[in-house]
Amino acid sequence: MTTTSQPSAPSPRAGITPLLKVTGVKKYFPVTSGILLQRRVGDVQAVDDVSLEIYPGETLGLVGETGCGKSTLARVVTKLHEATAGTLEFDGEDYTHYSRRRMRPLRRQMQIIFQDPYASLNPRKTVGSIIGDPYRIHRIVAKDRIKSSVQELMELVGLNPEHYNRYPHEFSGGQRQRVGVARALALTPRLIVCDEPVSALDVSIQAQILNLLEDLQKEFNLTYLFIAHDLSVVRHVSDRIVVMYLGKVAEIAPQADLYRDPKHPYTGTLLSAVPIPDPDLAKARRRIILQGDVPSPINPPQGCRFHPRCPKAQLPLCGSEEPRLRDLAPGHAAACHFPLTGPDDLMMGPLRGTGDHDELFAPPTRP
Amino acid sequence: MTVRSSRDAVADGKALLEVRDLKVHFPTPDGLVKAVDGVNFKIHRGETLGVVGESGSGKSVTFLTVMGLITSKGARLEGEVIFKGRDLLKLPVEEMRHIRGKEMGMVFQDPMTSLHPMYRVGYQIAEAVLAHEAAGKKAAWKLAIDMLGRVGIPKPEEAARRYPHEFSGGMRQRAMIAMSLVLNPDLLIADEPTTALDVTVQAQILDLIDRLKTEFNAAVAIVTHDLGVVAEHCERIHVMYAGKIVETGMSRDLFYRGRHPYTWGLLQSIPRLDAGETQRLLPIKGLPPSLIFVPPGCAFHPRCPYVMDVCRTEVPTMPPTDGRHAAACHLSPEEQERIFVAKVLQQT
Repeated sequence: MTTTSQPSAPSPRAGITPLLKVTGVKKYFPVTSGILLQRRVGDVQAVDDVSLEIYPGETLGLVGETGCGKSTLARVVTKLHEATAGTLEFDGEDYTHYSRRRMRPLRRQMQIIFQDPYASLNPRKTVGSIIGDPYRIHRIVAKDRIKSSVQELMELVGLNPEHYNRYPHEFSGGQRQRVGVARALALTPRLIVCDEPVSALDVSIQAQILNLLEDLQKEFNLTYLFIAHDLSVVRHVSDRIVVMYLGKVAEIAPQADLYRDPKHPYTGTLLSAVPIPDPDLAKARRRIILQGDVPSPINPPQGCRFHPRCPKAQLPLCGSEEPRLRDLAPGHAAACHFPLTGPDDLMMGPLRGTGDHDELFAPPTRP
Repeated sequence: MTVRSSRDAVADGKALLEVRDLKVHFPTPDGLVKAVDGVNFKIHRGETLGVVGESGSGKSVTFLTVMGLITSKGARLEGEVIFKGRDLLKLPVEEMRHIRGKEMGMVFQDPMTSLHPMYRVGYQIAEAVLAHEAAGKKAAWKLAIDMLGRVGIPKPEEAARRYPHEFSGGMRQRAMIAMSLVLNPDLLIADEPTTALDVTVQAQILDLIDRLKTEFNAAVAIVTHDLGVVAEHCERIHVMYAGKIVETGMSRDLFYRGRHPYTWGLLQSIPRLDAGETQRLLPIKGLPPSLIFVPPGCAFHPRCPYVMDVCRTEVPTMPPTDGRHAAACHLSPEEQERIFVAKVLQQT
């Protein structure tokens, strides 16, 4: 395995300071054995050498399956976990080794929205006090002004300000997620890390929250690192997308390019596995069904980590040499020795319907 | 395998399962929860039925009732669940036990919690065989291994000796499917079978269900909230809202000529992978109703953009469908078609 950090894809926005710059970040969790001595027998390589940049005002989507390291990366970026290696920069400022105290001013600018709106709100506190906590901790609003500020925030995210004194259990899942959004907004951050913000919600509520995030982004010029496993949701919200597999970046591309012309076979198979709500199109597509499960990040495969499951893998190269992330089109990079040459490469078939279902509008004749 | 005479008794074309005017109400201190409120449908052999709806629409409770798993003492069950000519709601518990697991199987959403953590996977599958006295101990263990192989678990002999925690999520769901199919049931009910799984694993599992359906000549009911899953895997679809079926039809009817404003709302609120330019989503306003205080008239009226006066007072009825496309809505069919073409097709 290579240990040198790979250059991230040069962005079309070269020249602008990225709001967040992650370079060669690794996060290993030790695996120990034995009760007394706790010998270190290996590492879970949750995030292994990831580099990416997020520019002001954009939404960077981060997709991947369970265990690919996307949530760990979110926690490293927000310093909820210490990085094992690599550097983190916020607006040009290296904060990789900041102490908790030194992190404080940065935390105002960097907030996180968690996945589970049931587990991420303290059930013993009123939502007013949950949303108001950032004000009290950072002492940026006078005590007697906190309540009115919180109520303004509640109004902004579509909650009834009169519900200030209610407890989280009195709210539905969608409303709780609005509380989470309000709490993240309290300090007027510049970057919000959204860790699967809608995956626990019903479809109609999911759309409400996605629209809310979109509106807030416009209003406050927010930058999002948007993490999700649902490729349709990520496509909807993101400007650029990073696909992760087993702790590594498989592909980075502008949203439209990634879905129209995926380069990494993993992205291709991922896209083909998404069920599409269009019966005719579903029949016309050919799904590539990956065999087996994601390998263990304790003992990742040699060479390209995807090669044991890859429909395009060619041995011995893919099994011995780890592919570097390289540019294949402007702003579009993939870590693959044999990138896909076009949408037909994996015979995925069309990704768009013809919209031609006129025969259905004839009077029904079926008995 | 066991010899099944009743299987042949079901004449072709006759429904395998027919649910007639099913109501499931739970009295609670806050009031009567009408979880299922007058549901009618049929499932035929060889068919995959999809039931879509959001949390609390009654889709899971409907099928738990079919399986005879609503055991809460206060629950009030009304209507008929006719399975191969017998009304399951009237069967004694003991007889129901013979049908459940043997003639119909169920796969649950969460494979983590639906397998027993302290028994070997093979034993849990064999237990189903032993419970129905379908085979002896050794034969049951063999059957379990055979089933694990058929659902695509590598090295089934070794896998059978493992515990659930040694399996990944996808493997556990495969083991669940093996367990529910080991006695070759006529009906497989899959309640959100892939919600907890990643897309690539979801594709594997749904593919497996499709394949096994043909292999076992069974009927499948998939309960889900994912419109993509029903579009790809189901022939017939029911849309449920607040304990009622609000629209029913073949998959193409619903997606290309949907009739109920709730179906439209669902179609418009999902981000689409197959869309051109990304457009703003059109969420359904408001929240699903509480099942204790279901709004009068059409339960969807407070959230419906096309609400009329009649919707507030009169419950729209589902016309007798006989398997045809129909919706329980006061809008005239012409209006429904006009709105669908003008608004929904544009968006989706």
